[in-house]
Amino acid sequence: MESPRRQPAGSLDTKRRPPRASAAHGRGLRTLSVSTVLAMSAALSLVFFYAPLEAEQGFLQKIFYVHVPLAIVALCGFVLGGLLAIQHLRTRDPRWDVRSYVVIHTSLIFAVGTLITGSIWAKGSWGHWWVWNEPTLVSFLIIFLLYATYQPLRFAIEDPERQARSASVFAITAGAFVPLNYIAVNLSTAYVHPRVFSNTSNLPAPMAFTFLVSLLAMALLFATLCKYELTAKRARAQLRALRRRLAADGEQAPPRSRRTSAPALHHAAPARVASAGVAPVGGASAGAGARAAGRPAL
Amino acid sequence: MSEPGDTSSISIDPEKAGPHAALPRTAHVRSGQSAHAPTGTADEEGGGRVARPAPAPACLSCRREGPAGGRVGTASAVRALLRKELLVELRTLESVPGMSLFALSTFVVFHFALNRASVEGDLASGILWVTLLFAALLGVNRLFVADADQGGFDAFLLAPVDRSALYVAKALALLAYLVVLELVAVPAFALLLLGPPLGPALPGLVATLALGDLGVALIGTLVAALAVRTRARDLLGPLLALPLFVPIVIGGARALEPLLVTAHRGAPAIRWLATLGLYDLVFGLIAYAVFDFLLED
Repeated sequence: MESPRRQPAGSLDTKRRPPRASAAHGRGLRTLSVSTVLAMSAALSLVFFYAPLEAEQGFLQKIFYVHVPLAIVALCGFVLGGLLAIQHLRTRDPRWDVRSYVVIHTSLIFAVGTLITGSIWAKGSWGHWWVWNEPTLVSFLIIFLLYATYQPLRFAIEDPERQARSASVFAITAGAFVPLNYIAVNLSTAYVHPRVFSNTSNLPAPMAFTFLVSLLAMALLFATLCKYELTAKRARAQLRALRRRLAADGEQAPPRSRRTSAPALHHAAPARVASAGVAPVGGASAGAGARAAGRPAL
Repeated sequence: MSEPGDTSSISIDPEKAGPHAALPRTAHVRSGQSAHAPTGTADEEGGGRVARPAPAPACLSCRREGPAGGRVGTASAVRALLRKELLVELRTLESVPGMSLFALSTFVVFHFALNRASVEGDLASGILWVTLLFAALLGVNRLFVADADQGGFDAFLLAPVDRSALYVAKALALLAYLVVLELVAVPAFALLLLGPPLGPALPGLVATLALGDLGVALIGTLVAALAVRTRARDLLGPLLALPLFVPIVIGGARALEPLLVTAHRGAPAIRWLATLGLYDLVFGLIAYAVFDFLLED
């Protein structure tokens, strides 16, 4: 792992993919959104009109089709955030950091959803808002507490590059922690409480089908939310660059109005953008300026 | 060596000290990377971890001419850093006495909070682990403070050594602090709070605590390095560390539980010791791999 980091800056840039055109920012967003809406509607219709009522828990069991997909998608999102962070540390490309941030950020929201739906389910079926016997709930509480420090950690580091690196180190460690914590908590509770739905293999076919469709819909929702946030970040960076160019060529860039834990995308230095002309050009990212910019110019 | 706590004072870079002054301390300096290495003494692999004494005059002369300077083996770098760490702690007594005293006070607090004269079983194992972890957090918080405030990081980055050496040395130092802490805290716990006698439980207790300490040291060092250069480091350190320590608490407390009961004393279940071992292994490897990135500046 030493070798890629020790390379001089120039050789890194030559390996970089050619930048895409600006129209690609939102590409696929509409398709993704439409398919998410369709999958969500299909999943909800299946849940309410197709899946049979469970014998013991009745209507309450329907929350299973929301709770478990939320949990699975959030877990996978945390691990994915760790993988993206590995990519960030390997390539030093800030775009990977932004992706890792967005994925972890969205997973955190899904984890909150998991905690709330799990709590409701626990209240309905066991009569308590919180039970320590349910490994998914307990694991999620621990993981939620861990990832809740992700944004304070970012916020407490001012230098953007060091912030990104520290956040990636955290994301990798925490990403590995997710399965390990799950194993430990499962071990500690597996012999106490038999779980109703430990896996999908013992589900009747209609329930399993509904569950899989719900899982797919939830994964699509996750992907759409991430894509929206990434597109918004890119659009904001683009807007900032355009505004800077409008204000004055070569002037000092306006400072960011407030400090934030969210990583921002940066465009190339104003002089370079101005010299490249108005038309979208890819060549601007070939030099050292684009390395600081971290993403392709307009 | 200047004032206590000044971490930048130990020089690993032989070029600073001059050729003859550097001789005794850097007897294990390698000559592998220099093009001017004398024939026969140059190492074939040029970058391995094995420290090998090289003929001093030839090695020094070629290092002075070489562009990159010599490279100190990781093992000797770890040894030097660990020695520095323990010396600083011995001279300043910043961490270990505070951690031990904190553990003692916590036992007293537990006595009054629970209103019990003695505890046993799961309660005893829980109190012991909570106390040790919180005391360890004190050490974790202080682990890199001197390096960050007094330029120790910069001095280390200037030295021609593997960066992971700092992680290994700091983790070993923290492990040593924890062992000393437990040498004080466990007898005190037996004296103040524990109902059943400690003697028969000792082998299992030592095994469990050793595995738990290793995990705390490995993850604590990484967290300390993460938190130390943030604005709210005293707050972020424990916030980051506590959730990461939960598997250690699960494994450790469950393993200790059967040891600390009066009747039907059992051995720690292999399952929990294996959980602790797995945790140590996974996080040791991860922390070793990612620690380098925290030092780049």
